[in-house]
Amino acid sequence: MSVLVNKTSKIIWQGLTGKQGSFHAQQCLEYGTQIVAGCTPGRGGTEHLGIPVYNTMPEAVKATGADVSVIFVPAPGAADAILAAADAGVKLVVCITEGIPVLDMVRVKAALKEYDCRLIGPNCPGIITPGECKIGIMPGFIHQPGRVGIVSRSGTLTYEAVYQTTRNGLGQTTCIGIGGDPVRGMDFIDCLELFQQDPATDGVIMVGEIGGTDEEAAARYIQQHVTKPVVAYIAGVTAPPGKRMGHAGAIVSGGEGTAAAKFAALEKAGVRTVRSPAELGSAMQELLR
Amino acid sequence: MNLHEYQAKELFRRFGIPVPAGEVAATSAQAAAAAGRIGANKPGSIWVVKAQVHAGGRGKAGGVKLARSPEEVGQLARSMLGTRLVTKQTGPQGMPVNQVYVESGSEIARELYLSLLVDRSKERIAFIGSAAGGMDIEEVAATTPEKILTTAVNPAAGLQAYQARQLGYGLGLSNEQVIQFVALAMKLYRLFNDCDASLLEINPLIVTAAGDLVALDGKINIDENALFRQRELQTMRDPSQEDDMERRAAEHDLNYVSLDGNIACMVNGAGLAMATMDLIKLHGGAPANFLDVGGGATPERVAAAFKLILSNPQVKVILVNIFGGIVRCDLIAEGIISAVRDVNVAVPVVVRLEGTNVDQGRKMLKDSGLAITPADDLTDAARKAVAAVGAASAATPNADRA
Repeated sequence: MSVLVNKTSKIIWQGLTGKQGSFHAQQCLEYGTQIVAGCTPGRGGTEHLGIPVYNTMPEAVKATGADVSVIFVPAPGAADAILAAADAGVKLVVCITEGIPVLDMVRVKAALKEYDCRLIGPNCPGIITPGECKIGIMPGFIHQPGRVGIVSRSGTLTYEAVYQTTRNGLGQTTCIGIGGDPVRGMDFIDCLELFQQDPATDGVIMVGEIGGTDEEAAARYIQQHVTKPVVAYIAGVTAPPGKRMGHAGAIVSGGEGTAAAKFAALEKAGVRTVRSPAELGSAMQELLR
Repeated sequence: MNLHEYQAKELFRRFGIPVPAGEVAATSAQAAAAAGRIGANKPGSIWVVKAQVHAGGRGKAGGVKLARSPEEVGQLARSMLGTRLVTKQTGPQGMPVNQVYVESGSEIARELYLSLLVDRSKERIAFIGSAAGGMDIEEVAATTPEKILTTAVNPAAGLQAYQARQLGYGLGLSNEQVIQFVALAMKLYRLFNDCDASLLEINPLIVTAAGDLVALDGKINIDENALFRQRELQTMRDPSQEDDMERRAAEHDLNYVSLDGNIACMVNGAGLAMATMDLIKLHGGAPANFLDVGGGATPERVAAAFKLILSNPQVKVILVNIFGGIVRCDLIAEGIISAVRDVNVAVPVVVRLEGTNVDQGRKMLKDSGLAITPADDLTDAARKAVAAVGAASAATPNADRA
């Protein structure tokens, strides 16, 4: 099993004909992802990488019945692309784009409440169910079908957790990159809930970072609702306050959002934490023994 | 992106938010002339001369001074311009004062605090108000949180008058002042949205002796992600107020934050870059910086990153940590080797690579004949980097004492 996406998922690629969209579509096709349509306004009626392209999302959805989409649209048009997908009936939107203005996302999140639509991202590597469906920019070959759910705000730091669990034989059920922005779609709690319900997921690795209070809220949630073992790591112990550390959401402001506070909240909730990212895989292995 | 007080006040004026008469000046003559133009210029008139730096705490640091004549304004301006102001927010090196703001003095009856920001957990723009104006709001939040009032705005409906009214009455304003406050709040909300602000702070928002609300200070941060659609605001950027290395990094499209250690990092991915800094500390070292080279670890970018890192004289070792997912490790190794040669890197470089063609990449580094040490994994990389600092110090003990 897995959460959210599997080998039957059909994906619409928003931004298929752009440079990034095209490159990563090719990679995902090679992995076995079912990309059934592209959507690029102005390129409707053409084909790209053997995939039919449509001008609008309703057309793409109607033609293919797809209910998942991924967004590789540049920042100025990405918020619009999210709402276009939701309005067309897409149930899961994965937004890879980095650099979307925060106020765009404030408006998008408010508007999304009207739809039965989950958003992953923005500013994220995507979601992958190893061996079945890769939607995003993560390197497929480091993944392996298995038992551990992974949820992370990071990209390459997630790959560390993935690689460690692949090498120690645990493998992954689904890896969800929730992204590095301050206002985003699915958060840690949303993903933990899914992993808790997924029969194939035996444990969860959580990779957080400074900024906001999502990890603290997740800690309380884990204490009350999660029975499966969780290993957590928080990046940014050495980050100075007030500085944006790469990710728009990775900033300690007004004293809030420090790595120390997150570690403390998680430990207080009984979550196993590691101080080194090199120990994620081994800690999970211990807990699953 | 930070704006100066004078720029924030220019925006306030544009959106109809009351501010005292004021002008920015870059020389003491300009400052004196400005004083002549603004204010009542009669006995008893007061002007305020304010150093324009991107940092708070100016008052306590001598960056805000009162003057009783245009001549005195000129003298105060001369004493501030061209100096570096050190406040509790700037660090010991302070920030350069290239401009001062000359403002007409106000008669203050009350000082309030008002700010707007994006509340991440509510996912809404929120107003924060406090009757404890002119103070450090974080201190107020810590000691008397009940003094802090907030209201979050529903994006669909926009700011409603009742929200501003409730906030106004909560701040102890009179009926007349509450009416002014509602109008003010509406204009601030419009400014925040139209300008893609991420923070807008008025501390203090004063009630004058005559009973009017006036923004005595103004601090605005603009969302960096929105600058593509804020062309005019983009021109307001003041690089002189930015950390020199961070500014140069941005020019090369590199994400860089200065720290004060001696082990420099170069990593692909912000999360992994933070983790690498943390890992260095965990193993007893001190990171010199955060540096995310992003998805394209090409020879040119790696070379630009090395040059940047090495312009910090404290750096004794460079730790490169690249998880090459789609980018091949042999190509990354090639890039590192050519950059080390081109830039003439004289400090040890520890490289941890992972991903496609990793064995090939590691071999290339080992066989390069340069002071490049490949690491087997994350832990090995951190240990080797910390050890290399020890070795470097042992080799040149006098350098540390210089």
